Amino acid sequence: MNALTPLRGLTHTAKTLASALVMSVTLTGVSASSLAADNNDWPEKEELKFGFIKLTDMAPLAIAYEKGFFEDEGLYVTLEAQANWKVLLDRVIDGELDGAHMLAGQPLGATIGFGTKAHIITAFSMDLNGNGITVSNEIWEQMKKNMPKEDGKPVHPVKADYLKPVVEKYREEGKAFKMGMVFPVSTHNYELRYWLAAGGIHPGYYAPHKGDTSGQIDAEALLSVTPPPQMPATMEAGTIHGYCVGEPWNQQAVFKGIGVPVITDYEIWKNNPEKVFGVSSEWAEKYPNTHIRVVKAMIRAAMWLDENNNANRPEAVKILAKSTYVGADEAVLANSMTGTFEYEKGDKREVPDFNVFFRYNATYPYYSDAIWYLTQMRRWGQIPEAKPDSWYINMAKEVYRPDIYAAAAKALIAEGKAKAEDFPDFDTETGFKPPQKEFIDEVTYDGTHPNAYLEKFGIGLKGDTVL
Amino acid sequence: MSKSASFVTSIGQFKQGNPGKMLLTTLQTLLLPLVGLLLFLAVWNGVAKSIDTSLGQFPGPAQVWTQTLTLIDEHSAQREKAEAFYERQEQRNAARVAQDPTYEPKVRPFTGAPTFFDQIWTSLYTVMIGFLIASVIAVPVGIVCGLSKSAYTAINPLIQLFKPVSPLAWLPLVTMVVSALYVSDDPMFSKSFVTSAFTVSLCCLWPTLINTAVGVSNIEKDLVNVSRVLRLKPLTHLTKIVLPASIPMIFTGLRLSLGIGWMVLIAAEMLAQNPGLGKFVWDEFQNGSSESLARIMVAVLTIGAIGFVLDRLMLSLQRKVSWDKNSVLR
Repeated sequence: MNALTPLRGLTHTAKTLASALVMSVTLTGVSASSLAADNNDWPEKEELKFGFIKLTDMAPLAIAYEKGFFEDEGLYVTLEAQANWKVLLDRVIDGELDGAHMLAGQPLGATIGFGTKAHIITAFSMDLNGNGITVSNEIWEQMKKNMPKEDGKPVHPVKADYLKPVVEKYREEGKAFKMGMVFPVSTHNYELRYWLAAGGIHPGYYAPHKGDTSGQIDAEALLSVTPPPQMPATMEAGTIHGYCVGEPWNQQAVFKGIGVPVITDYEIWKNNPEKVFGVSSEWAEKYPNTHIRVVKAMIRAAMWLDENNNANRPEAVKILAKSTYVGADEAVLANSMTGTFEYEKGDKREVPDFNVFFRYNATYPYYSDAIWYLTQMRRWGQIPEAKPDSWYINMAKEVYRPDIYAAAAKALIAEGKAKAEDFPDFDTETGFKPPQKEFIDEVTYDGTHPNAYLEKFGIGLKGDTVL
Repeated sequence: MSKSASFVTSIGQFKQGNPGKMLLTTLQTLLLPLVGLLLFLAVWNGVAKSIDTSLGQFPGPAQVWTQTLTLIDEHSAQREKAEAFYERQEQRNAARVAQDPTYEPKVRPFTGAPTFFDQIWTSLYTVMIGFLIASVIAVPVGIVCGLSKSAYTAINPLIQLFKPVSPLAWLPLVTMVVSALYVSDDPMFSKSFVTSAFTVSLCCLWPTLINTAVGVSNIEKDLVNVSRVLRLKPLTHLTKIVLPASIPMIFTGLRLSLGIGWMVLIAAEMLAQNPGLGKFVWDEFQNGSSESLARIMVAVLTIGAIGFVLDRLMLSLQRKVSWDKNSVLR
């Protein structure tokens, strides 16, 4: 009897396996490999709602949905466009959304308590690069006079040094020089500030401890928040003179003939991390298997987007052009998604890495990326007082979760949907990229020494300075 | 003055059954709106051509019609996708049960984006629920206020204070309260629906309340006296005298409320990004594609048409329940 029980158990398992095999073979339309996952890690929550903002870098979500990668993981996902970054974050915090396409600074800002305080984490970085800075035609004409030219075209990258005389002229005339960015903790805010400051234009400080969250203390260029899709209209109305935003809203300005993109973020900081997929830490604790499966689906989507040297991008453009996703005209979307970028009308240049979704380990949540955002928050006063290096590193570890990413990637490798060499070596990866030099002002960034990095900037808070 | 006089006589002749005049009136009631409509289309077409926006030319009737057809196509395409989705889901469920016999398969609703027609349905459903909640509260309270002078005096300041508040000002409060109080693991309604419906309720309350109170307090003295003489019980007094007498005013309030509720709902959906026609309009605006404006125009006309139909429905309902079938309703 005793000897029989395990045997019976074994035959039972074999039967189940066999029937599962038969089922998966007979079923058409469902890939057999999707059922290979271990029985124990079924998703705790199967119906999910994710939010996004109408930008091309939401592509991994749209692709994971349209290509059935979410369904392969047993997840039934609804994607919903959100009005602006604030609404999106609030809805993730109050649980209306299970997760969302977020600015890299949002989980960090929320966790340290700049703006709404809530513990948000991320295990998946959605893309590299993908933003640009656009100025109105009027500003461009004035900038162009100061610029060196080659073959009649301005030399790139365009530095803010050429904008400085224009800003000074505005200030002498007693007029405010205004620019738009999308959110106080957005990549765009930091990129725009980085670019302006590198050209000697002060973008202003925040002082949350004094209740000042406008970010315009000592500012020479006044930055304010505008939701991405409204950027072109706001600039056309003359409320702002330029903006920093993701695609397709820079190309939209070219198409409408209302402005000229001057620089992409690729040229400000080569391969900068941009959007992340954020969830609340409470949600992640409650639904660990679901979270891993979401990340798996999104890794597959990112791989699809970059496959065979961007071969799938035209198809991706078609999907994104649907009115429920980004909804802009295909021509506008194609301009940046397919490896080119149009600056001044007719001045189309190759920027193959303008949108990177998978290569260069784009999806891995590096601690050093999180720390760069934290240094910029300190630089512009959103973190009002000095913090030790250890604080930066601990904060990054609280918000960025490569462990979850690694679990998802390993599951994909085990299922044969990805190769180990597509990912960092999880046994040795520290989460810190080697020091990076490719910034527009050539300042080297080393994520392990955030305070030393801050000392290198002429404009910006550092050390013990408190406003 | 002379016009209205001739109108009255024509109605008089209509009642007498003069066939020639009758035909003329029918023609008038049918033709004049048509003429107005055609004139509007012509002006629209002309003006649209001369407005160039950064999203291209302002859409004329032709573009709007094309987009209407596109929206219908998109709807049927989405339905096909939904069918495929359910099919796949069934297979997945079956496969999972085979692999994990403890699993209880569940059919989940289609996860695709709502189409224009789905959004219309969502908005209609939301406005009706919000309106019903408001009416259920406002009519009884209004009757109490109409019957009792002291109740009215007590509640009046509150009505005066809250009546002029734009319901959109309530929206952030409603959103936060709903997300704080409406917590359940498997909610019957989504939070966004509850938020929208309550916002609609908040603004539907006042016109109904005030009109009901006025209607009830202005019942003819004769009717009240009859009730006294017959020594009707309070409940009978209410059902036999008060309600029938104040039905016209109550319905005036209800119609006003529904109209306001419909307008507010669209705005609330835009602001709070809750599903519905308002969200459709906002999403299209955000898309900024060359077709966006025409699609928004389709939504605008749909919103107007639905508002009109809702009002007519209330009117016919009023006719049905009103005891005075001869009163002129418009």
